[in-house]
Amino acid sequence: MVEQAAVATGRRQRSRPLRVLIAKPGLDGHDRGAKVLARALRDAGMEVIYTGLFQTPERIARAAADEDVDVVGLSILSGAHNQLFPQIMQELRRAGLDDVLVVAGGIIPKEDIPHLQALGIAAVFGPGTPLHEIVAFIREHAPDRERGS
Amino acid sequence: MSDLLARVRAGDRRALARLLTHVENRTPLGLAAEREFFRQTGRAHLVGITGPPGAGKSTLIAALAREARRLGLTIAVLAVDPTSPITGGAVMGDRIRMLDIASDDGVFVRSLTSRGRCGGLAPSLCAMAHLLDAFGFDLIVLETVGAGQDDVEIARLADTTVLVLVPGLGDHVQALKAGTLEIADIFVVNKADLPEAARVVGDLRSLQRLAGAASPHIPIHATVATTGDGVASLLQGILDHRTQLDATGQRLERLQRRLLSEVRFLALEALEERLDSALAALPENERAALVTRQVDPRTLAERLLKGLRLNLPLGSH
Repeated sequence: MVEQAAVATGRRQRSRPLRVLIAKPGLDGHDRGAKVLARALRDAGMEVIYTGLFQTPERIARAAADEDVDVVGLSILSGAHNQLFPQIMQELRRAGLDDVLVVAGGIIPKEDIPHLQALGIAAVFGPGTPLHEIVAFIREHAPDRERGS
Repeated sequence: MSDLLARVRAGDRRALARLLTHVENRTPLGLAAEREFFRQTGRAHLVGITGPPGAGKSTLIAALAREARRLGLTIAVLAVDPTSPITGGAVMGDRIRMLDIASDDGVFVRSLTSRGRCGGLAPSLCAMAHLLDAFGFDLIVLETVGAGQDDVEIARLADTTVLVLVPGLGDHVQALKAGTLEIADIFVVNKADLPEAARVVGDLRSLQRLAGAASPHIPIHATVATTGDGVASLLQGILDHRTQLDATGQRLERLQRRLLSEVRFLALEALEERLDSALAALPENERAALVTRQVDPRTLAERLLKGLRLNLPLGSH
């Protein structure tokens, strides 16, 4: 709501919108979920950068770094999360993005979640998670960096 | 925090990205950085790319970036996408990074939102471009929101303005006559593999003939951004335009115009803000007086203006 109020009152914001990178790592070609989430975050007043399909861990980290996002959302349906997510987390760290909130969604078996959380992925949202829950989680857990005063 | 400025000065890309955020949001550090780095600007060539939505601007920029790298030029892109007037949110498609240039250090892509600003631009666009200039990028591409006939502000902010058109827009070329067509230094007819492309090129040529010999000749490039056809020649055209600006002494003239426009935008923005808050603070009886015709809009506007103290500090609210 902070983001909304800021934009509604004028060009210069007292608090800037959260920036979120939505990324589709790997080889699955289904991005309906990613797009629905991108739209929901947009409607919640966030600035969303959607990478498109088939992204490598290096590209995701590069995009997250250059765009200086607060949040990275990974969407994966291929089952390759146990391979790709550790690489992505490593690339993010290598790019100096230790303070970025990373969340994931898609088809991820429950038993894999603790392992992913140990990697530093803050939350894993399965199919059917209400969008407002994801929005609320991101708002609450996005890093509190120095924002526009 | 001035540590961040030092890191940027030392060429730290991550620090650059972070500082751009400060500049975009006009934090105290961002404003300090703007002042500090401005003296080191003026080396980069600013290229504005504009055209209707779906013309392939992003894809074209990706192809241009690849060509620029082939020539050993570094390139930064500031891509503006619209902000929702309702929620303030935005979705920015990242088509530029989809290529093999994604991990190249000579390419920097940053998406920003218009945040309510009209004309296809964003409020802190100039300041962000200055920072990228100071950082040392050779080319800085400003991609506007896909806009229409009146998207002319970009021309005041760029050294070279490229207008991207595509076949299938019917008589848009005619409609554009008095708007963006007038501000372009280079025309691109993208999606030139489509059957109607030759006609668009022909239309542009005849428009130029109509304009007569007095008006400057504007080069027309046919491109297929998705395959890269014609893009090398377009980049050469942009570089030629730069050479031409230098040779004719227009470069300095344009630079001055560009910077004065920036001054104007900043001042205007502050004025608008003041005016908006003065309007918002207008007492109910004065609003009512307007409706009951006891005061006319012009008188009230004059009263508002009188009440504005114009010594406005910029960016420090």
